[in-house]
Amino acid sequence: MARRAAPPLIAWATAPALLWTVLFFILPLLAMAAVSLTRRERGQTVELWTLDNYRAFFMQGGGVFLQALWNSVEVTLTVTALSVLIAYPIAYVLAYRVPPRWQRMLLVLLVLPFWTSYVIRSYSWLLVLSEKGVISIALQGLGLADGPVGLGNTRGATVLGFVHFFAMLLTLTIYANLVQIRESYRRAAADLGASPAQVFVRITLPLSLPGVAVGAFLTFVLAIGDYVTPQILGGSKELLLPQAIMLQVGRTADFPLASAMSMVLMAVVTLAYLLFARHLRMGRL
Amino acid sequence: MKARGATAAAALILIAAAVFIFLPVVLLVQFSFQDGLVPVPPFKGFSLRWYEKALENRRLTEALWNSALVALLSSLVATVLGFLAAYGLARRRTGWNGAAELVLMAPITVSYLIIGMGLLMTFTMAGIQKSLLAVGIGHVVINLPLAFAICYAQLGAHQVAYERAAEDLGAGPWQTLLLITVPTMAPSLGAAFALSATLSWDEFVIAFLLSRFDVTLPVVIWSMLRSGLSPELNAVGTLVFAVSVAALLAAELLIFRKRRND
Repeated sequence: MARRAAPPLIAWATAPALLWTVLFFILPLLAMAAVSLTRRERGQTVELWTLDNYRAFFMQGGGVFLQALWNSVEVTLTVTALSVLIAYPIAYVLAYRVPPRWQRMLLVLLVLPFWTSYVIRSYSWLLVLSEKGVISIALQGLGLADGPVGLGNTRGATVLGFVHFFAMLLTLTIYANLVQIRESYRRAAADLGASPAQVFVRITLPLSLPGVAVGAFLTFVLAIGDYVTPQILGGSKELLLPQAIMLQVGRTADFPLASAMSMVLMAVVTLAYLLFARHLRMGRL
Repeated sequence: MKARGATAAAALILIAAAVFIFLPVVLLVQFSFQDGLVPVPPFKGFSLRWYEKALENRRLTEALWNSALVALLSSLVATVLGFLAAYGLARRRTGWNGAAELVLMAPITVSYLIIGMGLLMTFTMAGIQKSLLAVGIGHVVINLPLAFAICYAQLGAHQVAYERAAEDLGAGPWQTLLLITVPTMAPSLGAAFALSATLSWDEFVIAFLLSRFDVTLPVVIWSMLRSGLSPELNAVGTLVFAVSVAALLAAELLIFRKRRND
């Protein structure tokens, strides 16, 4: 059949979405990159093309901003590792120990608590962790603490709030991977004399790593850019990078510095993405 | 003996997981009915007064409608644009397809915080006021890649035969699109819309940066957090939870029914 020229409808169908993305995503990012290279004083741009903001990021106040970046990386890596450790056994039990007809229902139940508002979900951990919260009441009731025990406004609280959400997410990606592994591989290994532990280490675990990697990558990228959970649960004693960025926007309206910090955050996420892409390619070999 | 041990371990893991996952939401719901001033044990009796208070809170109810409006409209725009883009790329292979896909999917790799900041700065420079419209524009940006990806994955070769048949029978491009392609894509369009609406409804940081007088629900809830633990917040959270679960059930029923009819 002769190739017909595409009708104008098809030729132009992609244009509105492209235009939208260019106008409201690419242009703003370019603007931000440009602003990060300017210096502003009292609302006036006083200097163009300067690296002052990046210098400030790495040096200012004895490196408070660099510390925020470091805190973010530490918290996010801790969260990713803990979430994998918690999610894997849950996904494993769901995929191999629960009868198939129950699996779907349990998955729906697993996701259910996350259908409340994101802000409210962080708040609801305060009911557990704060000075008036359940843990404090329980510890005092058992005579293990003399006064109220406040666990809010700590790094641990931030990590807990994150792990709660991302363990659920990772359970989904790992489960989806586990149910795709052919039963015959595992059975063949067992028939050839592998112990259950050997089957797991030699067959199941390696074949499930892609699910772990996808979930871990999502966890890293989503957690490192999140402002809500660290602000509500971690408080402002120890800042994470998104909190530091919001402080520049809100209190001092220092957009050049905030832009420079955002560029650094984007660079970290891009780095994670490149590492992840490389890992996937290696996994395929 | 060994099998029983494994079953016990499996049960233990499931129970521990259930406690960890459900603990906060159970406390949230239970103490929204607290007949007292703090939403923590002991439970002092059942009362609906915090729901009354929440529903009488004008800021809260207005924000509820704002959120619904922004979610519905921004998801509609994202779904239509995403579908059109997928249609254009799936039906016309050119050397530019790869680049177009890359541009359309790019927003997914950037944090909402950065997207919101970029828009805030651009709008400020362009003299555009903070408003619900600005929030909606931002929500289309974050949902467009998802709507596009969902539609793109489903626009396969199987519809092409129908589309060709329609064209051969004399249908114009618009008629083919609206009478053939859109109906066969209904489940994907529904999924794209539902996912976008869910994410927009719950999105905080972009809404926080880009709105001023009229705000969305997560932003009002955020401002209420300053007063610390309060059963009213529990009531609001429980209401949002109930609405989301109801919407989820409705979507599930609709999609489930569609599948059965196919």
